[in-house]
Amino acid sequence: MSPAVLDYAVAAILWSAVIAYAVFAGADFGGGIWDLLATGPRGEVQRRSVSRAMGPVWEANHVWLIFMITGLFTAFPATFATLAVGLYLPFSLAALGIVLRGAAFAFRAHARDVGREAFGRAFGIASAATPFVLGACAGAVAAGRVRPVGGDLLAPWTTPFALACGALALSICAGLAAAYLTVEEDALGHPALTEDFRRRALLAGGASTVIALVTLPLTRIEAPALLDGLLGRALPLTLLTAGLAIAAGAAMLRRRYRLARLAAAGQVAALLGAWAFAQAPYLVPPNLSVEGTAAQPQVIGALLVVYALGGALLVPSLILLFRVFKGRNPAAL
Amino acid sequence: MRQGRRVPGRVGAVSEYVAGRAQMGTSLGFHIVFAALGVGLPVLLMAAEGIGLRRHDQVWVDLARRWAKAFGILFAVGAVSGTVLSFELGLLWPGFMRYAGQIIGMPFSLEGFAFFLEAIFLGLYLYGWERLSPLAHWLCSIPISISGAASAWFVVTANAWMNSPAGFRLDHGVVTDVDPLAAMLNRGTPIETVHVMLSCYLATGFAVAAVYAAGILRGRRGALHRRGLALGLAMGAVAAPLMIVTGDINARWVADNQPAKLAAMEGQFQTEAGAPLRIGGFPDPGSHTTPLAIEIPAGLSFLAYGSTTAVVRGLDSFPAGSTPDPRPVHVGFQVMVGIGFFLLGVAALFLVLLWRRHRVPTDRPLLWALVASGFLGFTAIEAGWMVTEIGRQPWIVYGVLRTRDAITPAPGLVLSFVLSTALYVGLGLILVVLLLRLAAGTRRSEREAASDGIGETLPPPRRRPARGRQ
Repeated sequence: MSPAVLDYAVAAILWSAVIAYAVFAGADFGGGIWDLLATGPRGEVQRRSVSRAMGPVWEANHVWLIFMITGLFTAFPATFATLAVGLYLPFSLAALGIVLRGAAFAFRAHARDVGREAFGRAFGIASAATPFVLGACAGAVAAGRVRPVGGDLLAPWTTPFALACGALALSICAGLAAAYLTVEEDALGHPALTEDFRRRALLAGGASTVIALVTLPLTRIEAPALLDGLLGRALPLTLLTAGLAIAAGAAMLRRRYRLARLAAAGQVAALLGAWAFAQAPYLVPPNLSVEGTAAQPQVIGALLVVYALGGALLVPSLILLFRVFKGRNPAAL
Repeated sequence: MRQGRRVPGRVGAVSEYVAGRAQMGTSLGFHIVFAALGVGLPVLLMAAEGIGLRRHDQVWVDLARRWAKAFGILFAVGAVSGTVLSFELGLLWPGFMRYAGQIIGMPFSLEGFAFFLEAIFLGLYLYGWERLSPLAHWLCSIPISISGAASAWFVVTANAWMNSPAGFRLDHGVVTDVDPLAAMLNRGTPIETVHVMLSCYLATGFAVAAVYAAGILRGRRGALHRRGLALGLAMGAVAAPLMIVTGDINARWVADNQPAKLAAMEGQFQTEAGAPLRIGGFPDPGSHTTPLAIEIPAGLSFLAYGSTTAVVRGLDSFPAGSTPDPRPVHVGFQVMVGIGFFLLGVAALFLVLLWRRHRVPTDRPLLWALVASGFLGFTAIEAGWMVTEIGRQPWIVYGVLRTRDAITPAPGLVLSFVLSTALYVGLGLILVVLLLRLAAGTRRSEREAASDGIGETLPPPRRRPARGRQ
């Protein structure tokens, strides 16, 4: 097997980790967003619902990010260094958001009164800000604006396109969380709460659709190469994304919660997959490609062995965790 | 791969560099406390719950339940502060990661798996009291303990590599012939990893003992407090002598491999045969002496090289700009070693009294010493980490890459340092308040249940949350 194939194998695994982070931890961020926006007579109950759903799994979900970062600097060190320099400020902000979100969530569980409210607020705001910033970083990468030199801290990730990507990430996280929560509350037999989250899922889905439609012309202007890829090589995945988005919305309208959850998660995976295919062979366009920045073949080989052995431990453990807390077969409809 | 010296081309580059190092230092100094607890506490959970199940003794299970609550908060803070570190490796040291990422990425990737498993089984452990059978619940503590220890081992191999780089070749400044396994198993690895892992058990054990010593001092002498004290101290007592032994091995390894670090640790300015061991004192780079130290003649030569006449290189014998600042390194070393022997003494005294009286000793001076030990264990960890990190300067990778050449070119590091430090101080304060409140909450429930014989009560059963107003 040629070494390049192995480079791509590692890149595919890391991209899968990005997808897992978006699908699982993205929903945890979304939970925080709904915590922040909890309103009405059931506001406090909604917050409890979010906490109950996140509690046992959010730390494990969060590890996908660490998996991704360590894998990236092992396998593609130059890409990692370039991202760290070019996106210094937003990454610092994201790290800050991650700390605040996690710490505030853990603190809130043990705080009372005023402290509880303050931690809840911090948890909510950080949960909203972090995916927005990370989405803007994704936009900066996709538009090929990340450079390995310090200097302008704002320019790469504050273009209209990048900000639109941030908004899209925000609404997608909110939509995922709401979709997941409908299933949880439905299973617990809470029709009113289920309906609350159903409305929120539909709202977020609508917002995502509008933002996506606004982003499209911006893509034409700022990231024409990406658009070519999305409508060319990655077209099947682009269409799949749209199809799953429609399916998620339709299923939610008809109160088919489990189907809606699956379609919503699938839509996020398809979207990120489409992005990857559209910009392949580049990890960070326009210069940093998979082959061009890959570590030496023996490192890539060793990493694949580690992923195989580690995965053999990790996957059953993850399945156990989700079976214990999220029902026997999360994929069943 | 681009390599070579980066000439700082902007105003204030020096303060930016210092700020970058300071930020990494504060972040690590903050995280290391939670990392150590993440290694040590699961073992105590496993022991307490295991004994409780085996003897059908609810007091032991209650201990595990309480520790689990505190561990839940501590692990969360450790997880997020650890994530910040993985960002900071790139944000602050892109030059280092560009250079070393592929060489030392392997242990970090492995650590990622270990951390994954720890988070998964901790989720099961913390939230699974009612969902899992008692045996299955206890079994979850095993992978947590193993992966906690494995995490520490993997991460420290990377630090050992920075002290003892191996597993690659430099071809005109380009990294080539990378052997990730050889890098991980560099010569420093066995020496450093064992010492650090033991320090986690030591500090955690004494910290837990300190909590219950404080409780007993305040008049709570129930079985739960005596057992909590005994179990914490048992772990500390096993680790304490091993710490001294591995510490000695580390110092001799440093003497052979990083002579400038050894000279800084010992406040040794002049090259000297039969160098004395300096206890205490404060190195003065102006006069090139270490005044106020108690000097044991030929002690250093003997400890470092096994001979009272051996020559110890002094800081002055190294080229200018290639040695660390001896002040923090020497002081840090004295603090670490001093605490190590103090903890050993406390543990020995405790065991002797336990053996003679057949019951957990609760003499007030001993309890106060134990309370102090709880803080001192972590102080020693911080001090030891400062010794190895500052002692390696000016290198980030010993003999290969200078720290100054690895710093990010991004501006604003001073502000970033100030903000991140404020964040850590705030988080630390909040955490302390919450943990104290957690303890106060259990005290209240103890008072309310003072009539049940052992002065203890079960925590409220974990029910499914209320259905709310539907």
